[in-house]
Amino acid sequence: MHSIPSVRTYILVWLTLTVMTFVTYLVAQVELGAWNIVVALLIAFFKMMLVILFFMNAKAESPLTKLFAGAGFFWMILLLGQTLLDYISRTWMPEGKMW
Amino acid sequence: MADTHGTVAEHAGHSQLRHHFDNMEQQFESATLGMWVFLLTEIMFFGGMFCAYTVYRSSYPEAFASTSQHMNPLWGAVNTAVLIVSSLSMALAVRAARLGQQKALQILLIVTIFFGLCFLGVKAIEYHEHWVDMKVPLIGGHWDYHEEPQFARQAQIMFCFYFFMTGFHAIHMVVGVGIMLTIFMMARKGIFSSAYFTPVEISGLYWHFVDIVWIFLFPLLYLIGRTKKIL
Amino acid sequence: MSTTLQDPRTIETPNYLNAEYGWKSWLFTKDHKRIAVLYLISITIMFALGGVFAGLIRLELLTPEGDMVNSDTYNKFFTMHGVVMVFFFLIPSIPATLGNFFVPMMIGAKDLAFPRINLLSWYIYIAGALFALGAIVMGGVDTGWTFYTPFSSTYSNTFVITAATGVFIAGFSSILTGLNFIVTVHKMRAPGMTWGRLPLFVWANYATSLIQVLGTPVVAITLALVALERGFHIGIFDPAIGGDPILFQHMFWFYSHPAVYIMILPGMGVISELVTCFSRKGIFGYPFVAGSSIGIAIIGFLVWGHHMFVTGMSMYASLYFSLLSFLVAVPSAIKVFNWTATMFRGSISFDTPMLYAFGFIGLFTIGGLTGLFLSTLGVDVHVTDTYFVVAHFHYVMVGGMVLAYMGGLHFWWPKITGRMYPEGWAKFSALLVFAGFNLTFFPQFISGYLGQPRRYHAYAPEFQVYNVLSTAGATVLGLGYVIPFIYFMWSMRYGPLAGNNPWKAKGLEWETTSPPPTFNFEKTPIVTEEAYAYASEKETHVG
Repeated sequence: MHSIPSVRTYILVWLTLTVMTFVTYLVAQVELGAWNIVVALLIAFFKMMLVILFFMNAKAESPLTKLFAGAGFFWMILLLGQTLLDYISRTWMPEGKMW
Repeated sequence: MADTHGTVAEHAGHSQLRHHFDNMEQQFESATLGMWVFLLTEIMFFGGMFCAYTVYRSSYPEAFASTSQHMNPLWGAVNTAVLIVSSLSMALAVRAARLGQQKALQILLIVTIFFGLCFLGVKAIEYHEHWVDMKVPLIGGHWDYHEEPQFARQAQIMFCFYFFMTGFHAIHMVVGVGIMLTIFMMARKGIFSSAYFTPVEISGLYWHFVDIVWIFLFPLLYLIGRTKKIL
Repeated sequence: MSTTLQDPRTIETPNYLNAEYGWKSWLFTKDHKRIAVLYLISITIMFALGGVFAGLIRLELLTPEGDMVNSDTYNKFFTMHGVVMVFFFLIPSIPATLGNFFVPMMIGAKDLAFPRINLLSWYIYIAGALFALGAIVMGGVDTGWTFYTPFSSTYSNTFVITAATGVFIAGFSSILTGLNFIVTVHKMRAPGMTWGRLPLFVWANYATSLIQVLGTPVVAITLALVALERGFHIGIFDPAIGGDPILFQHMFWFYSHPAVYIMILPGMGVISELVTCFSRKGIFGYPFVAGSSIGIAIIGFLVWGHHMFVTGMSMYASLYFSLLSFLVAVPSAIKVFNWTATMFRGSISFDTPMLYAFGFIGLFTIGGLTGLFLSTLGVDVHVTDTYFVVAHFHYVMVGGMVLAYMGGLHFWWPKITGRMYPEGWAKFSALLVFAGFNLTFFPQFISGYLGQPRRYHAYAPEFQVYNVLSTAGATVLGLGYVIPFIYFMWSMRYGPLAGNNPWKAKGLEWETTSPPPTFNFEKTPIVTEEAYAYASEKETHVG
């Protein structure tokens, strides 16, 4: 019912994912300060996209399915972002308090 | 216009067509959309834990960094690689099902199950190591953070999240293995063909999702503060 | 055909009620209509239970002193009232009963996309309800339905884990219902039933389902964390160990605020159906009413902090949430304006469902406007945790949601059972509900504004007159619920046969028999006209 990716595509994706895991592990050994977590999450995000687009065949799915998949991720960001909005902005006031 | 039961050809085509659907394509699309929506709920379920974890980690960065001494990132990386391979075999299994390749499907399902069990085995080893190391805050206070007592309380929070997140993930893995076993039995009975492979497809989606959760858990839980200055 | 003393089993047309008999045909059914009836019975029982707790609350509050029960017991009353009403009545109510029954019919489908999951969701609901009932029977919970930590996670001596487990389980029932509706609306529409022709009840349930799948998992994990914290004595939300109680509230309200839209959106969908039918007119501004449902669903996730203004949350976050809370009122207001415009120059009839619709529009507007008072930071500091808040949410939940539910039940009762209820008694009960409701809750706006705090079993003597009025109103309101229960039961045996379309309403559900056959339609309908095509039946007024 959809196009079927070739075995070659799957193997390539798998190799990329494994290499990226290795890279994550290596980068974690290097001191980058606050960037460590950013890089780690970026790599994880990239790996996730590979799994979704290829292994889960979302590339061939309808726009509707892509919308739902994206919405899930976006809603998690809404939860995280709006919660962190509170914590991050607490110190913006001189005493870090509300009243 | 087709009557309420669809055309004879479409119905005679498949014993697996459920009565309330008009044709196999509608059934397949519904099942697939349903599984994607379910995975969306799972994203929010794990997302809640990720959110709480993030808040605490940004509140207690040094305490969280200190916990990395008690994690084994090698096991974590191995497990990540294991799950990725299992995703490969799963994707290939779905491909085999679509192409009606019965033997390949069964073999690939077994491979997937095998790697899933490897993952769980490694986690069992890790949990045991944490237990021996007195880093399990959950059961009767099997907890001792004498290495860095100033971080004991916050590190306890971190370990709570470690066990909650990997624990819920492991439960999902166990369910996944159970599902794959069921799919395997169905495959042995010859239920699947290129006209009907819906359960394989949607189980595959579930499996890949559990893999994705781990892809995020690995850096977040294992790789905090492991850096050494190289200059 | 005789119209009285006729056993439903003798109604000649084969329908979903007489297709099979016996408890197995009900407990193992896959028919969405039977599952809807199973839910109807279950939530009615839970509503009665929640009502009993409400009665106990109002009884205690007749006098200023805490003389009926001690404060711990009173805490259990309002907690159980809240837990039962929110999680076991309001959230499932319309989607699981009227939605389950009519969404497939309205789109011309034979059933929902996943009938077995539908049945499973009912069983899961029952399992959750049993845990909640277990908590009650064992001695209750006293944390408030909001389970705030660290009281719920550490200090309460009541059956928090049991109750939280019940809510956790019931959440999955809600998620599965939502998932089912989403896939059904996307994939199972009859030929010609485009999105732009969907009845607004379907749009409302679809938007509700989006909220259910996006929000419920978060409260599930939050309560799971509370239960784990309580069970294993480790600190996630306990400040003594560096935990954060505010984090609990963020995670809890992330779901629980959208949850109130889960409760009200289906009610709004019902009102759209009622207003169009009983004004004999198409809805004014269909795209806006449909779009506003989606708008409420989305914006509803951006406002939860308005429950936390006085908790110590940052002022910038408070400003953000306050502004967005003002914004979320806009789509609701659009609906109210559009319903009113629909009635303008319509041919209004005052049947019972329409009486409930009128009640809804007035009372929901009051409830919604007072929500704006609460979104205003400066005002909220004064009235938060007072009876002003209690009155606000009862105006939207009871004056809004419950009235819509009653209106929908009356409207669709003939379709569900094939019988008509007695109109005279029904009108009388509707008036009792309206009068009783206002008498119960309007005084609470006043006493709350004047300073009576909520969740206290005693209060200062100057508030007594408001509380006495409120309790008196509650008695009338209760009567207004009991009478319909009696006549609905009566109608199933003695009510006159209703026929396919007693209201002459538009909509696919009215084009089949009452009660409908198991597979809903003899032939899959083909849809050619827009929703609410009432204008085609009479000349339009000119000039």
